[in-house]
Amino acid sequence: MDDLYRELIIERYKNPQFKGTLDPHDYSFTDENPLCGDEIRIDLRLGEDQRVKEAAFSGHGCAISQASADLLLESIIGKTLDEVKVLNKQNVLDNLGIELGPVRLKCALLGLKVLKAGVYGLGEATDDLVED
Amino acid sequence: MLDIQKIRADFPILKREVRLGIPLVYLDTTATSQKPMSVIQAMDDFYMNYNANIHRGVYSIAEEATTAYERAREKIARFVGVKDPRQLIYTRNTTESINLVAYTWGHKFLHEGDLVIATEMEHHSNLVPWQMLAEEKKLRLEFVPITDRGELNLDEYRKLLELSPKLVTFTHMSNVLGTINPAKEIIRLAHEAGAVALVDAAQSVPHFPVDLIDLDADFAAFSAHKMLGPTGIGILFGKTKLLEAMPPFMGGGDMIAKVQLRGFTTNDLPYKFEAGTSAIAEAIGFGAAIDYLNAVGMVNVAAYEQEIVKYAIPKLVEIPEVKVYGPPAEKKGAVIVFSIEGIHPHDVAQVLDENGIAVRAGHHCAMPLHQKLDLLASTRASFYIYNTKEEVDFLVKGIQKVIDYFK
Repeated sequence: MDDLYRELIIERYKNPQFKGTLDPHDYSFTDENPLCGDEIRIDLRLGEDQRVKEAAFSGHGCAISQASADLLLESIIGKTLDEVKVLNKQNVLDNLGIELGPVRLKCALLGLKVLKAGVYGLGEATDDLVED
Repeated sequence: MLDIQKIRADFPILKREVRLGIPLVYLDTTATSQKPMSVIQAMDDFYMNYNANIHRGVYSIAEEATTAYERAREKIARFVGVKDPRQLIYTRNTTESINLVAYTWGHKFLHEGDLVIATEMEHHSNLVPWQMLAEEKKLRLEFVPITDRGELNLDEYRKLLELSPKLVTFTHMSNVLGTINPAKEIIRLAHEAGAVALVDAAQSVPHFPVDLIDLDADFAAFSAHKMLGPTGIGILFGKTKLLEAMPPFMGGGDMIAKVQLRGFTTNDLPYKFEAGTSAIAEAIGFGAAIDYLNAVGMVNVAAYEQEIVKYAIPKLVEIPEVKVYGPPAEKKGAVIVFSIEGIHPHDVAQVLDENGIAVRAGHHCAMPLHQKLDLLASTRASFYIYNTKEEVDFLVKGIQKVIDYFK
């Protein structure tokens, strides 16, 4: 249990730093993981320097997906959209600091899929957005 | 009284530890059951001693293989009250059985505007094939709603029957709520309305005595792997008249009587629907699973599962954060679906797994039912003859750990 739910994950799940919505926003995207019905929306606001100034996520999901989205948004503050576009699976796993099996990996990657689909302006979030 | 410890000793997997010192507590039989040694051995025996293709070989081992394959079919037929084994078609599983009916009977006998009635508690396997056919042939689909207790609303069903459906297709036992539907009455009413009735028996045949002739089912489908048998083999039962009137499903070897370059005639039942080399070892394994269940006795299986559910539900309901769905114990099979307030089912299942407990989290291939229950997902524990009351206690303790962990 301690392996999968590190203190950091539980802490971020219980007290997320980036939970909410931004209105107005420069980018907003919503998608779900049909396997479990989890849904995440991510909103971004850019600064004058075109870097991510504010970010927020909303929706519902398990501890892994929620903590993962929270840590992801923390990691992109101050980044350019080009820097966001190159984020991948490994960045998410590095944020979480754990190994995940194939089922839970989908939970962890939901936030990144939604984020990238949003900044790429795609109609839907697809799995190939988060491959290495 | 069943000797559960003796039964457990027959299942090699129950001896393993999930992690060092953590025994496996397997509570996901509704997804697939575990297999006793006799089933594994029957399949090994085929591969080691008489592996051959069936039906046309004239040499000894081909005859032995054919005999074993057909003996298994006879056993399965008797198990569900059917005298004529030719009414049982080997398929891969329940899903393929239902698709077979949709593709052949449905294609030939359903036409634009015809009504198909299903229920709100169907597994995707008894929903999507009909959605696909409805789209292609412009059929109408209606659904029998469920009550707050998770039972079918039969008054609404009667109203739907006034619309003269061509087919009523329904689950005998819900794989989520555990609800056991009054199949005999549903079929009788369907027949009175002039409809053909298909029973998804994937969860019923493994868990209590089912007599398809007494039910007067037109079609029924079930899978070996949910009843101690191997994956890859299932059954479609059909009334002879219907099966004979249906066009073949897949073309190939074994399903034909005569073939010329520009035509063929179909083989007799059941081979008309068994194109290509079948899952022979799996059929033989299925037969061994039937032997095992017969030795235990299906009445005993049902009684023991009732005992487990009646033991488990009050213990779960006692936990304030836990909500259990579905009808009361005496109206359901050994499936308990629940949610824990504020905790996602994935997190529940993950923490239980850390304690060696295998439960299922998600929508259990019944997304519309979850929408109806206003649930995103749920956690499901299901039981069989190899589960014990100690395992129920273990589950309850595990749930308490989950709550402590996330609260």
